[in-house]
Amino acid sequence: MSQRVGVASIQGDFAKHVESLRSCGLTDNEISLVRTPEELTSVDRLIIPGGESTTVGMLMQRFGLAEAIQERAKAGMPIWGTCMGMILMARDIEDRDQFTLVLLDITARRNAFGAQVHSFEQEITMDGIADPFEAVFIRAPEALNLGVGVTTLATCRDKIVAVQQGATLGTSFHPELTSITAVHQYFLAL
Amino acid sequence: MSQNGQISAAKKTWREKVGLAEMLKGGVIMDVVNPEQARIAEDAGAVAVMALERVPADIRRDGGVARMSDPEMIDGIKAAVSIPVMAKCRIGHYAEAQILEALEVDFVDESEVLTPADKHNHVDKHAFTVPFVCGARSLGEALRRCAEGAAMIRTKGEAGTGDVVEAVYHMRTILSDIRKVQGSREDELYVIAKEIQSPLELVQIVHETGKLPVPNFSAGGIATPADAAMMMQLGAETVFVGSGIFKAAAGLSDSDRIASQSLRAKAIVEAVLFHDDAKKLAEISRGLGPAMVGINVDSLDESELLATRGW
Repeated sequence: MSQRVGVASIQGDFAKHVESLRSCGLTDNEISLVRTPEELTSVDRLIIPGGESTTVGMLMQRFGLAEAIQERAKAGMPIWGTCMGMILMARDIEDRDQFTLVLLDITARRNAFGAQVHSFEQEITMDGIADPFEAVFIRAPEALNLGVGVTTLATCRDKIVAVQQGATLGTSFHPELTSITAVHQYFLAL
Repeated sequence: MSQNGQISAAKKTWREKVGLAEMLKGGVIMDVVNPEQARIAEDAGAVAVMALERVPADIRRDGGVARMSDPEMIDGIKAAVSIPVMAKCRIGHYAEAQILEALEVDFVDESEVLTPADKHNHVDKHAFTVPFVCGARSLGEALRRCAEGAAMIRTKGEAGTGDVVEAVYHMRTILSDIRKVQGSREDELYVIAKEIQSPLELVQIVHETGKLPVPNFSAGGIATPADAAMMMQLGAETVFVGSGIFKAAAGLSDSDRIASQSLRAKAIVEAVLFHDDAKKLAEISRGLGPAMVGINVDSLDESELLATRGW
């Protein structure tokens, strides 16, 4: 499969996603960092990493990347957001008037499990992935008020932590912080 | 890792601690002294704020003993923003660190900007659930802090001066120390570990990876978008801006000052993103109003330096 995977590199742990994609067997030619609308044109799918949603949302708007991503999403480009990425892709954010890309028909609740001292790791199972795996939750969000087109792929501690809507994927946790490549493989097959 | 399903509790916490530092990469962490400044910082695009009673420039001016901030003040800032909130404890003052952990701050900075509480020992950071960031001037100092459990290292620079010269010196020193370790033979690492007074295992990690075992951020004297861009080009993964934002535009009226500080905060955030694009930096640096006046580090007495605190 010849395709180029973009990782939004506005801010956050994008370098970790690059490492995971390399572990999936992708070459450096098949991985591309994306900061600007021009850089987005060269990729076939996009990962939005973990980071700070206020910072990234603001900078994506300021430099035109937000609009470019929305257009590509409409044209069917697969997009996966981890943690902050899922928040940014939500329809809206609970109790906050904050910019989002509106790519996933969910409400995101930020810091749903609490502050950093409540960050945790837990083994979870996810639909479409054969084996249970260890998931890292860092100031993680949850998905609420799912629209009709949205499927729950995983839950943890009674909260929805992985969702999919067509070719759009959101996870509250960070597969890129572990050596597990199953979720990356799942996304690459979308 | 998960293949054998056995991850010790301590190791799990470690991955989460360093994980949060990973999430802060490519961003700007700003010192704030009240909820109003915290909101300006968040609106400008800061990835986190450092809540403290006085910015380093004022600590420097006022003298006296500088301590952990009032919990009420920290709570006020936590309530004002959704981004992570950090707070400082004195070097070695583990009771202050315990209080900050109980307040559920997201990161504790064991900081030389406050007056040290222990002449020999830093806080045993492994004993905490909350992650710590510590300052360093050299690879040896950075690895000693990592050995104690720091999940993030920042250059010390010379806080509260608005003079970037020491931050540059410390970053260059750490990176050149790393290159030296990387270029050494494996059988030379034992002596290097002895010379830089750091655990051998950590020296071996640096030899293998060419990087610190934890994210490497920069702090101390950053006052302009160009300062931030240079630190990022040198190899910093995120920058802390202390007095550089809210000590800028000092001579202006209240509303002009806030507008100018807010503009500068935004510009520094953008400069970190486009740190390698000079044309964008030229645009970003335009018309920000007066920067912090600052103090030349050379004009300071040895006894006035904060960076020499910590061991």
